[in-house]
Amino acid sequence: MTSTLTPVRSKRSALTKGQLPKYAPYIVLAAALIVGAAILALIGFNAFGWGIVSALLFAVGLVSWSAAVEGSRKAKDRLATCLVVGSFLVALLPLVSVIWTVLVNGIPGLLNPGFLSSSMNGVTGVYDNRAVEEGAPVLGGIYHALLGTVQITLLATVISVPVGLLTAIYLVEYGNDGRLARAITFFVDVMTGIPSIVAGLFAAAFFFAVVGPGTKTGAVAAVALSVLMIPVVVRSSEEMLKIVPNELREASYALGVRKWRTILKVVIPTAISGIASGVTLAIARVIGETAPILVTAGFATSINSNVFGGWMASLPTFIYTQILNPTSPANPDPSSERAWGAALVLIILVMILNLAARLIARIFAPKTGR
Amino acid sequence: MSKRIDVKDLNVYYGDFLAVEDVSINIEAKSVTAFIGPSGCGKSTFLRTLNRMHEVIPGARVEGEVLLDGDNLYGNGVDPVTVRSQIGMVFQRPNPFPTMSIRDNVLAGVKLNNKKISKGEADVLVERSLKGANLWNEVKDRLDKPGSGLSGGQQQRLCIARAIAVEPQVILMDEPCSALDPISTLAIEDLINELKDQYTVVIVTHNMQQAARVSDKTAFFNIAGTGKPGKLIEFGDTHTIFSNPVEKATEDYVSGRFG
Repeated sequence: MTSTLTPVRSKRSALTKGQLPKYAPYIVLAAALIVGAAILALIGFNAFGWGIVSALLFAVGLVSWSAAVEGSRKAKDRLATCLVVGSFLVALLPLVSVIWTVLVNGIPGLLNPGFLSSSMNGVTGVYDNRAVEEGAPVLGGIYHALLGTVQITLLATVISVPVGLLTAIYLVEYGNDGRLARAITFFVDVMTGIPSIVAGLFAAAFFFAVVGPGTKTGAVAAVALSVLMIPVVVRSSEEMLKIVPNELREASYALGVRKWRTILKVVIPTAISGIASGVTLAIARVIGETAPILVTAGFATSINSNVFGGWMASLPTFIYTQILNPTSPANPDPSSERAWGAALVLIILVMILNLAARLIARIFAPKTGR
Repeated sequence: MSKRIDVKDLNVYYGDFLAVEDVSINIEAKSVTAFIGPSGCGKSTFLRTLNRMHEVIPGARVEGEVLLDGDNLYGNGVDPVTVRSQIGMVFQRPNPFPTMSIRDNVLAGVKLNNKKISKGEADVLVERSLKGANLWNEVKDRLDKPGSGLSGGQQQRLCIARAIAVEPQVILMDEPCSALDPISTLAIEDLINELKDQYTVVIVTHNMQQAARVSDKTAFFNIAGTGKPGKLIEFGDTHTIFSNPVEKATEDYVSGRFG
């Protein structure tokens, strides 16, 4: 450090070795980009190859320069940094790409008049043909699907949270790692791995057997989703309850407080922020499920606000049917525009849920002010 | 308002492991009894059996009798919750409830049990308990702030206030001053002297000067070696234990020759 701050010093400190200037990585980066472009120009330029070649050149250049000036320990450090940052960029690539694609394709759909406030009821291929041929506005919207998604997910949450939370309480507070507790943990793990279509088939078969053949309602879909949600809720709540310090339970017992009151008034309030964000993430996990909803709630083009009766649309099944069976087979563009719009709304919903989870965690977190 | 404790032939086990062997001791009402001895000799384990707190650890069990004014704590049909509401406890590490304010921490014993209490009564109880724990002047202006924002010594005094707010018969203290500065320690010791007028106090301490300062009677526990059970070596007046003990081991320990 001192040598870069006072470059005029004639004698170097005995405690320092040779050092690269702070701007060294930028110089190497610029050089790597230029050389990379030159190499790519020889064999045919494309942006993807340019990125890879430049990254390799940058890593090799910086590490060997560092090895020459700073010694092998610093060079290894630079190499590790290059690997870590490189992996991060690779992991970021698909995320950015997905968000970009959905934004570009989805915004036109989202901006169609009445996209959020109308259903597909009465919207036929004739209107889509007219939209493409005469430039009329694209009609139809996702109101029915949005309503269905919100209702089904809400009902699934209402089913899963009590079951999941109470299971977690049993495992942590009463199970004592006994045979039953270990069996439950094992089956919860098995449930985590159930393919979502199997959960859908289970719920459909269950309601066919109990209520009657052909029972397809939002409630059946909610049951299918809760099969997927419960293990996630159990797992996250269990972890959160486990990290509540035992001292707090003991303090409460020592005051003559019963075990169930201790759990209700001390353990759960202490862990509530983590439990709440776990639940929100579980919701985000199932809100985009397609297959189980197709086999349990069918799909509808009109508004159905009764979750216990009749077929129901949801955002994922709306996207699926719009892409697979366009409203106008001759002109599929308006349908795919609507599908991308619905996809964008779905991503925004999940993003809002994630933000809500953070907000909930912050609101409920134990206060530390003085 | 305070009760005596008589222990007869008590063995404490963790699973198959005998942790404390054959303890018989009579703890007088309205007195301070100190347990001293080297680490791992079973003082804390024994203290926890006096209000059935050891049961919280899976596999822990006892043989023998603990009589609270003649009633066996381990008799058939005795509810550990009833026992603990009569015998309060203060722990080694301060453990205020992080989700509660200072005021709610003091009222925890009342509120967690859903007892009805008017705001006026609650205010009186909070002030009395905090004054009793020598904390009132430091926190009276921020009773609604979280208890976890206090310093370690203040947190421990808050825990003592919380314990005396439920007005128990007996107060058990498991090394209550090991996390406190000398001034807070002095405050707690003064407090123990005052508590003696109303409560039976049992205190585990590593600090022999503290035992000598605060206690009327002292019990010395020792352990023969690792894996062996802890035993009560000698029990008597504090003055006798520290100046003229019967047992050689006690004399060695209190004079600092080992442990």
